Amino acid sequence: MEIVITGILISVACALLGTFLILRKMAMMSDAISHAILPGLVAGYFFAKGPDLFAGFLGALVAALVTVTLVEALKNTQRVGGESAIGIVFPAMFALGTFLVARFFENVHLDTDAVLFGNIEFVAFDRLFIGDVDFGPQSYYVAGALCLINLLFITVFYKELKLATFDAGLAATLGFSPFFIHYALMALVSVTSVGAFTSVGAVLVVALMIVPAAAAYLLTDKLPMMIGLAAGIGALSAVLGYGLALAIDSSVAGAIVSVAGAFFFAAMLFSPSHGLIAKARRIERQRVQIGLEALLVHLLNHEGEEGEAHESEMLHLSSELRWLPQFAQQIVGVAANRGLVMQLHGHLILTDNGRRQGQQLMVH
Amino acid sequence: MNLLTDLIFDYTLRNIALGAAVLGIVSGMLGSFAVLRRQGLLGDTLAHAALPGICIAYLLTGSKSPLVLFLGAAISGWVATLVLLRIVRETRIKEDSALGVVLSVFFGVGIMLLTFILKHNDANQAGLDKFLFGQAATVTAEDVNTMTILGVFALLVVAVLYKEFKIMTFDPNFAASLGFNDRWLGVILTSLIVVAVVIGLRTVGVVLMSAMLVGPAVAARQWTNRLEAMVLLAGFFGALSGVAGALISVSEANLPTGPMVILSLTVIVIISLLFAPQRGILWDIKRFSKA
Repeated sequence: MEIVITGILISVACALLGTFLILRKMAMMSDAISHAILPGLVAGYFFAKGPDLFAGFLGALVAALVTVTLVEALKNTQRVGGESAIGIVFPAMFALGTFLVARFFENVHLDTDAVLFGNIEFVAFDRLFIGDVDFGPQSYYVAGALCLINLLFITVFYKELKLATFDAGLAATLGFSPFFIHYALMALVSVTSVGAFTSVGAVLVVALMIVPAAAAYLLTDKLPMMIGLAAGIGALSAVLGYGLALAIDSSVAGAIVSVAGAFFFAAMLFSPSHGLIAKARRIERQRVQIGLEALLVHLLNHEGEEGEAHESEMLHLSSELRWLPQFAQQIVGVAANRGLVMQLHGHLILTDNGRRQGQQLMVH
Repeated sequence: MNLLTDLIFDYTLRNIALGAAVLGIVSGMLGSFAVLRRQGLLGDTLAHAALPGICIAYLLTGSKSPLVLFLGAAISGWVATLVLLRIVRETRIKEDSALGVVLSVFFGVGIMLLTFILKHNDANQAGLDKFLFGQAATVTAEDVNTMTILGVFALLVVAVLYKEFKIMTFDPNFAASLGFNDRWLGVILTSLIVVAVVIGLRTVGVVLMSAMLVGPAVAARQWTNRLEAMVLLAGFFGALSGVAGALISVSEANLPTGPMVILSLTVIVIISLLFAPQRGILWDIKRFSKA
């Protein structure tokens, strides 16, 4: 139960930010940040002489901001593309972190596997005690605080975020600094990664930021709706993922990501507005519509002419309009169904309704 | 001098250095195209996407032979490529987000499978995760052979299709107008990057792989404006950082090879970015202060 609640809180915290990362085309920055915090974490532990939560947090935050600044600086030299800048900086930071661990923390339990996967399974063991009273797992407070901070940021700066995301130029003209919004968002991504990764690991943080928000992006065009959907999908993934992990006795983090992935692919296929199936059906409908119009106009053009009988033969249709016989069959079938044409001795005749529609098309 | 003789005669060191060098050459050369095509993060996604393939290959065959695991990794990397292209081409999701989605979902599924194997299987699975997080110290001669064969194959394909890749890299529209199938060339190039990634997983691991593709190419780009020179130079830088990393990691106890390779590479990148003639950033500053 405690695992599920932690999972939900972290999912929501991540999804709130993820929405803006997706819209601002910075999804991969979250990947970079969540890996690049390792050296900061190690340095923090080093100065605190032990795995101190606060020192680690501070170090990780500094490392994250260094990463963001380095990526921006590299991009600004014009020598390196944005994606390449990310692709060099975060492995360098991660390598530095692993190096520091190997050099100075041979005996400290901080293996890189744990950094990548986290151990959400163990959240129940780190509890917050004040005096002797058990106030529940620490992770509640960390994840809850992340949720609150992110929600507060999005509510307070909603207008600025929206403007800077959809029209950075206009935002700058109006006096909002896109620079400030960018760094504030990156700082929050860092804080959230740092806070979340001790319990769920770097990869789950990235997944929860990107995947639910990407699914939501396929389902709606409205920003508030997208934020809500992303948070909902994230929370649902946490619940179902935990169930899945219990069922097959496997990693909770992995299962949560897998469920979120299933939601994404479901949205990709079945979204009523942007799904692949809806898109295919839209194209098919247009194909039939154009075919129908061509058929009506063709029949109307030759109505009353000498060659009418010949022009309205099924076989002639496919060669004249360059249709495959199957397609011709389909269109004629649809037209007959809608009462636009009738078949008479192998010829097609316009009904009154069909004639009227054809004439309308000619007018247009 | 001692190190040099070790490099030739010490079995472990020779394998580590050879493995890292092969990786450096292959990923450097292929990375050049990826970087110029602005696909610097592709390697990161493909590296993560290899995990479920490794797990499934092991679950199906029960074998840990490098060839089987390499093949599993390559297949799932390739599937990830196709999914990625599909998402970018057919939905409103942008490339950046699509990379993130594919990366995390494939990796999540992989972790689920890996944990499943760890919990349900006999002790035989030990070392499966080496194929993911890179443990150069345990690279065997068999691993090196497999890597070399894969690498030579990939570079042969590059040699044969060099002209096509070149046109596609700089002017995809022109390539299409000449009748080259842009889509298939893209798939081939990405598949070759999958091969490089698969080689790299064993040596430097999943997180550091992206730098092995991007780093040498970015450094090489600083020194030349010609693609041929850039590709060769990137291969050289890759190999150099591979061997340097291997040497540094054995010179002192308890240093992991993968991170040392990446740190050596980072030094090469920084030097190139700052000091390369013409494109070096320092010359910019000098020019500014004169003006």
